[in-house]
Amino acid sequence: MSNVVTPAPAPAAPPPVEKIRIKVDGRDIEVPKMLPDWQGKPVPTTMLQAVQIAGGEVPHYCYHPKLPVAGNCRMCLVEFGTPMMDPATRKPVLNEDGTPKILRSVLPYEPQTPRGAIACATPISPGMELYPSSPATRQMREAVLESLLINHPLDCPICDQAGECKLQEYSVEHGQAASRFVEPKVHKPKAVDLGPRIILDDERCILCTRCIRFTKDIAGDDALGIVNRGSYNTIAAAPGRQFDNNYTLNTVDLCPVGALTSKDFRFKMRVWFLKETKSLCNSCGTGCNIQVGSRENVIHRFEPRENDAVNSSWMCDAGRLNYQWVGRSDRLQEVLIRGARSTWTTAVAEVVSRLISAPKGSVAVVASARQTTEELYLLRAIAARHGAITDSIPREGEGDRLLVSEDRNPNSQGVRLTGIAYTEMGIRLPEIAEGIRAGRIRTLLVFGEDVTQYGLDAELLGQLETLVVSDILPNATTALAHILLPGCAHVEKRGTYINVKGRVQRFMKAVEPRGDARPEWEFLAEIARGLGVASGFSTIEGLFNRMAGEVPALAGVEWAKLGDGGVTVPV
Amino acid sequence: MSFSVPQALENELDELASHYPQKRSASLMFLHALQEHFGHLSQEAVDWTAQKLGLQPINVYELVTFYPMFRQEPLGKTQIKVCRTLSCALAGSAELRAHLIGKLGLDSHRHGPQTTVDGQFTVEFVECLASCGTAPVVMVNEDLLEKCSVADCDRVLAKGRK
Repeated sequence: MSNVVTPAPAPAAPPPVEKIRIKVDGRDIEVPKMLPDWQGKPVPTTMLQAVQIAGGEVPHYCYHPKLPVAGNCRMCLVEFGTPMMDPATRKPVLNEDGTPKILRSVLPYEPQTPRGAIACATPISPGMELYPSSPATRQMREAVLESLLINHPLDCPICDQAGECKLQEYSVEHGQAASRFVEPKVHKPKAVDLGPRIILDDERCILCTRCIRFTKDIAGDDALGIVNRGSYNTIAAAPGRQFDNNYTLNTVDLCPVGALTSKDFRFKMRVWFLKETKSLCNSCGTGCNIQVGSRENVIHRFEPRENDAVNSSWMCDAGRLNYQWVGRSDRLQEVLIRGARSTWTTAVAEVVSRLISAPKGSVAVVASARQTTEELYLLRAIAARHGAITDSIPREGEGDRLLVSEDRNPNSQGVRLTGIAYTEMGIRLPEIAEGIRAGRIRTLLVFGEDVTQYGLDAELLGQLETLVVSDILPNATTALAHILLPGCAHVEKRGTYINVKGRVQRFMKAVEPRGDARPEWEFLAEIARGLGVASGFSTIEGLFNRMAGEVPALAGVEWAKLGDGGVTVPV
Repeated sequence: MSFSVPQALENELDELASHYPQKRSASLMFLHALQEHFGHLSQEAVDWTAQKLGLQPINVYELVTFYPMFRQEPLGKTQIKVCRTLSCALAGSAELRAHLIGKLGLDSHRHGPQTTVDGQFTVEFVECLASCGTAPVVMVNEDLLEKCSVADCDRVLAKGRK
């Protein structure tokens, strides 16, 4: 499934997998007798899974590997046959050439008509033959698709799902060019305000119930159901109730058609214009894998990216919508020295010369647990040269049982493992404050945190000889900076985070930084090089591999081995 | 008007729910009992049932909207159900409904139950009342009128107005 790379576990012999021999489109294959269901419990392998293992595909709407099987859309109908048994001897009946005679499944009252079975919910049995490409199967799919489109409004030109719609995709493959339906279509509620983040178009809905199952069985909020009868069936929340939990937007991803749409995204952008970049959510310590959808340097949406070691296929609504600040107009875009615009060359040289002349023990560093591991590593290396106190700021909130972590920093483990704060974050801040007050600490480096809110107030910062600040958005600390270095949002650079469970994951750059802003690791590397504390790399890959060689917990990990799903390290 | 279920009825329903291995199975019985008592199933009745049976309101609301004989609005004092399934349709049930609708000043094009403004009568088409041999049939509250004629309908209206 995913190309997740984990350090090789102790070579224990895996338990033997019981296999079944079947035929798919005439080809012999062996498939496991049991496979995990949506909860990971082993259940008999289904026809759909067997076809997938054989390299084929069975079109489907209601089936989703991460949800309980409902079997209501009928799109996955597949013609099949089973070995014929002699009722008297209970032995297989053989053809003249010795092969087992196969009984094609037919309608009981119409033996000339093939009968399909829904592949998503029908277990395979030994000797079974599946015909996912047979004319009969194709005919069944066509009929089901035609029926699903009977009352569908076909408003694809203005539908947000267009371009990533299963109705469209399967219509190309299995549909008919012309509609035979001449009767008036059933009209259902349009633009239903289902909750604070979701709009429902009931006419586009094909009643697959993925949204109902997700919110009931995964999110644990039994808020949706099907009301009314027959062709008037509609998805709805109970009257007067809102569909409002922290996971509602996953139903928009799950909806195979354009029925459920995100209020945030609808009518904003045609999906085929979006550039997709593999990234991570940085709203909490879980580190959900995401895909950033951007166009011409503007981010339009975050979507969850499957990683079974971290977030399955989901993400929370709060994290998903936490992207708009990246495009804020008050982003820090200029390198400033004492308030005057400067250049990176000048500013980096200035920082280096001030640090070189700073006596040992007179420097302190406040890093952010929102920074990448590479940046924290470089800051730690710079701090070590000066015997500087380092610390970071903890950020806590309420967690939940699904994805949201109590730790609202994306890289607390990075802070710990690089040694910025070995134990609890924030406990050395009073020591830094006291050092500044006593005049021992004369130089302070602050990265991505407004320290005036954590005990280092403006008056205290005013006593410093040098205050170097790097941040993304303006705050009280950036206003006081002697040297201000504009940094990047994580979607504007590459790097890694280490989540609360020790998963080292990398993220890619989706959009360009604003103005003069640069990835922090780049200018930190220049400063470190100027100080003679880090060299031998020029790329993020090189930096990561160098860091992995020095940070004990990352021993043996390489950038290239992280893959899309990351690697778990002991924490 | 605040919603309150009499203690006796509540006790009866609690007892009923205890007969089922899963309380949810008692949903329909609850709804029937509440409709019999209140005349219709208000949102409060749905919420009360859900709360009693440990369900979410949507689970109960699905049932209420599925079954046509569950009413979400109060109906008239005299409820007239005209059968429209095959035998009755052939025997002239459409004329009976048209007559009743006309007499009561209701809208013949509207679907579903319709109630007169004075709240005296509700008229609706229903599916088979299981008396095909004596078509057309009409149910007036709990009484079945067999081989019903226009004159019979007029008598029902006259009686209901008293």
